[in-house]
Amino acid sequence: MTRGSAAPIAAPGARRISAVFRACLAVAGLGLLVLIALVAGRFPVPVADVFAILAAKLFGTAPGDATAQVVVLQVRLPRVAAALVVGAALSSAGATYQGLFRNPLVSPDILGVSAGAGLGAVLGIYLALPVLAIQAMAFAGGLGAVAIVYAIGALVRRHDPVLTLVLAGVAVGAVLGSAISLLKVLADPYNQLPAITYWLLGSLSSVTLGDVFAILPAVGLGLLPLVLLRWRMNLMSLGEEEARALGVETRWLRPLLVAAATLVTAAAVSATGVIGWIGLIVPHLARGLVGPDFRRLLPASALLGAGYLVAVDLAARTIAPIEVPLGILTALAGAPFFLWLLAAGKRGWS
Amino acid sequence: MLSVEALAFGYGAREVGAGVSFTLGAGEVLCLLGPNGGGKTTLFKTLLGLLPAQAGRVRLDGEDLSRWSRRRVARALAYVPQAHAAFFPFTVRAVVLMGRAARLAPFAAPGRADEAAADMALATLGIGHLADRIYTEISGGERQMVLIARALAGEPRILVMDEPTASLDFGNQTRVLEQVRRLAKTGIAVVLSTHDPGHAFLCADRVALLHGGRLVALGTPEATITRESLRRVYGVDVAVVPLPEHGCSVCTPILA
Repeated sequence: MTRGSAAPIAAPGARRISAVFRACLAVAGLGLLVLIALVAGRFPVPVADVFAILAAKLFGTAPGDATAQVVVLQVRLPRVAAALVVGAALSSAGATYQGLFRNPLVSPDILGVSAGAGLGAVLGIYLALPVLAIQAMAFAGGLGAVAIVYAIGALVRRHDPVLTLVLAGVAVGAVLGSAISLLKVLADPYNQLPAITYWLLGSLSSVTLGDVFAILPAVGLGLLPLVLLRWRMNLMSLGEEEARALGVETRWLRPLLVAAATLVTAAAVSATGVIGWIGLIVPHLARGLVGPDFRRLLPASALLGAGYLVAVDLAARTIAPIEVPLGILTALAGAPFFLWLLAAGKRGWS
Repeated sequence: MLSVEALAFGYGAREVGAGVSFTLGAGEVLCLLGPNGGGKTTLFKTLLGLLPAQAGRVRLDGEDLSRWSRRRVARALAYVPQAHAAFFPFTVRAVVLMGRAARLAPFAAPGRADEAAADMALATLGIGHLADRIYTEISGGERQMVLIARALAGEPRILVMDEPTASLDFGNQTRVLEQVRRLAKTGIAVVLSTHDPGHAFLCADRVALLHGGRLVALGTPEATITRESLRRVYGVDVAVVPLPEHGCSVCTPILA
């Protein structure tokens, strides 16, 4: 992070223009990636056809090839839309958790969000509930886990509140993880176990546009406080005491931000299963690109996370004859990258 | 302006100190001296309202501070923590801008006026050239100055500085003390703690000796910092030598 010191001091106007330019560049890059994701796959659809099919859908012009239409509109478009929303959601939540808890290892997996949502969904699959009920249970599980973690944090008042929350999250996550394992042992190995395993590894393969629309309100509702409080997030990253000394009411701001990030995470997980590592890696990358100021970090994380998940999903369905579960790829790509971050050090974390 | 009345402070039920009373007027510098564990930091946290008072009260212009919102308290009293390594590599300007938080509505982000206030605070301390540097990459002395600038950006009436000279080299210690004097001349009241009694001679109007959570002495530096009082508080022998041509005194320990 020597950009600030190396660059000549620019006038505020020039700084703003270059920021707008970079934002446009990022959005254009994301658009290109989305186009590639719609074009590429087992059944390649030419770019012109993709545009024709999208135009037909939007403006009612003459549709082209029927097979291509099904592939683009029913198979690829829902996956790409879900990847955009879920990638942006998990990365925004990750950036928020990392700032709030001042810990580079913190991600939506912490505080038991993912484990809670996982347990809810696995229980739903075990009880053979309909898909919508499974999603609702994942959602309730994620929020419930955070509520428990927070209650423990409130009871144990003697220690550093942030550390208490993180450690309580790890412990609650472990308990929830063992409950998931128990359900896997109990589940029908032919019908339920594959579904559970698939869901725990995360996948966009069976997602529909309806699923995407179903989680949009929750994602939007969760993102709203993060957007509104984007500058205050900078102060939260100074730690509880300093933020309070600077006049921030952390007593309501911290639970509000945690709840918002959790809502976003639980909504994402309820649609696509547990997709790990994105919420951990993407905020680091974004911080390397735009710096730690949450006013830029939040949109950068959202854009980068959306693009990252579109790219990983594209890889998941094209690199092998069978579809590779997303969670495997994000972990395979994420873990070495994380180790490299650790070794390279100093980038984003002092 | 600020009056501390029979304040008892501590963590939860554990009492760290009690019966602390003093007042502070505009432009006055009060230096808090005392051994480690004597309760200086706890007293500061209670002054700032970060810890609830166990007994007694802190008043500003007669109003009980414990009834004020965090925002209102922060607009009046600014806290300068010890120079620390911040967690994220913010630019110096972004760090100083955070001092404006108490002046902004809860959902507002800082605007041009706030950026101007931040730049003004940097200029006041003569560190405008650091504005675009990364906070985590500058020296400890520079960081301490930046934290003072952050406090000033909020346009407070009172600065509360927790050992602003700790872990600074000799030159930077002196520069920080010079700034304390300059700021006091502009009407800002300063409460600071230090480990060096000599610093009190350099910058303080009054000195408070805190020992075992009690104020054992309160008065001018000359009246408060004596062989007897320091032996009582620190358990060591010192020599206090006036330097009439400089209008202050030096205080040095005598090795047994």
